[in-house]
Amino acid sequence: MSATSNSTWSRRSLLRAAAGMAAAGSLAACGGNNGRGGGSGSGENLVQYFHAYGEAGTEQAIKRYAAAYDKAHVTTQWITSADFESKLFATLLTKNAPDVFEFHPQIQMVRSGQVADLTDLIAPVKDDFNPADIASHTVDGKTYGVRMIDDPQFFFYRRSMLDKAGVKVPQTLDELIEAAAKLTTGKVKGLFLGNDLHAVINPMIWSAGADTLDDKNRIAYHTDGVVDGLKKMRSVFTSGHLLLDAPTDYWDPSALNQGLCAIQFCGMWAMPQFQKALGDDWGIFPFPKVTDAGKPSVYNGGWSMFVNAKGENVDAAKEYVKWLWIEQKKYQEDWATSYGFHIPPRTSIAASASKLKSGTPAEGVRLFNEFGHFDNIGWTQAMITSLEDVFADCVRKDGSPEAALDKADKAVGRELKKLFG
Amino acid sequence: MSTTTARDLADPAPAKPTPAAPRRGLRGSRTLNFWLFTGPFLIGLALFVYVPIGWSLYLSFFEARFTVTPEKFTGFANYTYMLTNPDFVGSLGTFTVFAAFIVPTTWALSLGLALLVNRLRFLRGFFRSVFFLPTACSYVAAALIWKMSIFSGVRFGLMNTVLDWFGVENIAWLADPSPPWYWVVIVSARLWLQSGFYMILFLAALQNIPGELYEAAAIDGAKPGWQTFRHITLPQLRATSTAVVLLLLIAAYQAFDEFFNLLSKTTWGRPPLVELYYTALGENQDYGAGSAGAVILTVLICAVTLLQGKFLGFGKGEGTT
Repeated sequence: MSATSNSTWSRRSLLRAAAGMAAAGSLAACGGNNGRGGGSGSGENLVQYFHAYGEAGTEQAIKRYAAAYDKAHVTTQWITSADFESKLFATLLTKNAPDVFEFHPQIQMVRSGQVADLTDLIAPVKDDFNPADIASHTVDGKTYGVRMIDDPQFFFYRRSMLDKAGVKVPQTLDELIEAAAKLTTGKVKGLFLGNDLHAVINPMIWSAGADTLDDKNRIAYHTDGVVDGLKKMRSVFTSGHLLLDAPTDYWDPSALNQGLCAIQFCGMWAMPQFQKALGDDWGIFPFPKVTDAGKPSVYNGGWSMFVNAKGENVDAAKEYVKWLWIEQKKYQEDWATSYGFHIPPRTSIAASASKLKSGTPAEGVRLFNEFGHFDNIGWTQAMITSLEDVFADCVRKDGSPEAALDKADKAVGRELKKLFG
Repeated sequence: MSTTTARDLADPAPAKPTPAAPRRGLRGSRTLNFWLFTGPFLIGLALFVYVPIGWSLYLSFFEARFTVTPEKFTGFANYTYMLTNPDFVGSLGTFTVFAAFIVPTTWALSLGLALLVNRLRFLRGFFRSVFFLPTACSYVAAALIWKMSIFSGVRFGLMNTVLDWFGVENIAWLADPSPPWYWVVIVSARLWLQSGFYMILFLAALQNIPGELYEAAAIDGAKPGWQTFRHITLPQLRATSTAVVLLLLIAAYQAFDEFFNLLSKTTWGRPPLVELYYTALGENQDYGAGSAGAVILTVLICAVTLLQGKFLGFGKGEGTT
């Protein structure tokens, strides 16, 4: 620093000043690039977010549909499943937010004004939708999302392995635990519930005769039946009959297909892969009842399209959603049945989906109709996380179920108070 | 370092005798020069560091959910929430245990590697590169390799295969927290990733120790091995060791990648940054509470750094050795 005492400008210091100015200039230039390829004002560029579906051909299909739309240029971002929620939630607050995205119905997005009202789009074809798929997206009479696919989730099992071990299809959680023990051999684990067990949280609650929230949006999961279920889950977790830390998670059929386990929790979408890998050597059953008061249950998950209400192109985005997910029935059918199997939420498409009419896929549709529970729009991501923590604390860790549920009550109560007062 | 710069800048001194003939119109005062040089970087620093810090301080006093421009002032509610939140307080504990373990272990391992490599007569360059190479690997990539192939819970995972030779049952390394095998996975990944870099630092310092010291010690009757190491090598490495410990502590504070990738969706083994990520940016989007946590964490880090500076005397010059 002391060297700057030389107060006159030399050639060298002038050069440095120029370099400094250049650096400042390039910094300023950074501000203009928002990564959207320009022309965002004209409303002709739309960005859509999808989580990465596991089935081959899905990404190409989504891009093909987008390319066929001639009123706007639609760019697709295909995001790894594990990062999807965080990336979506974080970008929704910024200028780089997608115009159109897929997600599940959650009321906090409605309350915070993040998703646009799509009632008008759906109105003309409302009667063609599965009523439950309309109800699960509706708050105060307004519908905020268009269901693309319904994905029931249940157990898949290898018939030959069950026959060999003399095990019948389990009717209760106790029988399932027993079956897991009998089916475990040196090389094969009896049961796979996913690496973190989160996929079975809601089915377990329903099968224990409880629910996440009741009709008045009050906590309904804190019952003796659920405590009972949690204790049983803990016993199966520590039994050594459960496949853990598998290379793939529950949504991927590999664990069962590669013979790592005899029974796996998975979803309707994986059926084509099971058919291909196992031929006829597989069947399905719902999450069995946990207590005598309970009854078997199936989680009717799925994905819906939403429009970012705070985006710059809300109208263009709505037009696109209307075109693809309301009008283009050919594409909707292709999306539901050509890659993974999904149940089309449109009655007219479901009626013509021949692949779901026979064999185990038909059985899947029956379980969906008979035992299915749809999303409750009041059950938000923060609440989902609270129950995941319950499983972490008292199923994977040796905590007390009561204490874990009390902790969840506090967190869920805080959410409910903010959302419903 | 400082001497060469001074000499370099003093070079255009001949300009002094000709103050009457300035080259161009740009004749600035010292103040102008100062701002001209530091300005661009100060702007960057303010824009990308100080504004966000100020903003999160502001957010921490508001109810900021799903927005970063909140309106509802809540005073210290977010602070009380975070300080009574067992997950956040627990994460501070997790970090302390982790740092207390990983800092000395990495220090010892990299020093050991440096001593070994320094001793080599052949292939020194080769081994130096081999140990340094993991530094170039991304934490995320390493975490995935550790999770999916080395410490996979299935029978064909590398560690489980090895254990199988000895007739030990398969271990679910990451899914099952009791016993806490997940620490083995995390610590081994971090050691593999970091040791090589600090080894290079130690190696450079080792090569700077004058040979005469060892000769003099030998003449005075010091035995080679532990005695020489304890009384010559270690004191000579004091400055480097201090720097390494400081860098390791900072790295431990910043622990995120491998925890995030190895232990997704748990309630245990979460350092503060992961916890805050889930609170603020993750699924909850509670920016108020997340910011409050960040402020608490910042205060803690400042306190620890100041204390460490006081005890270890880092930055006070090397004259102390």
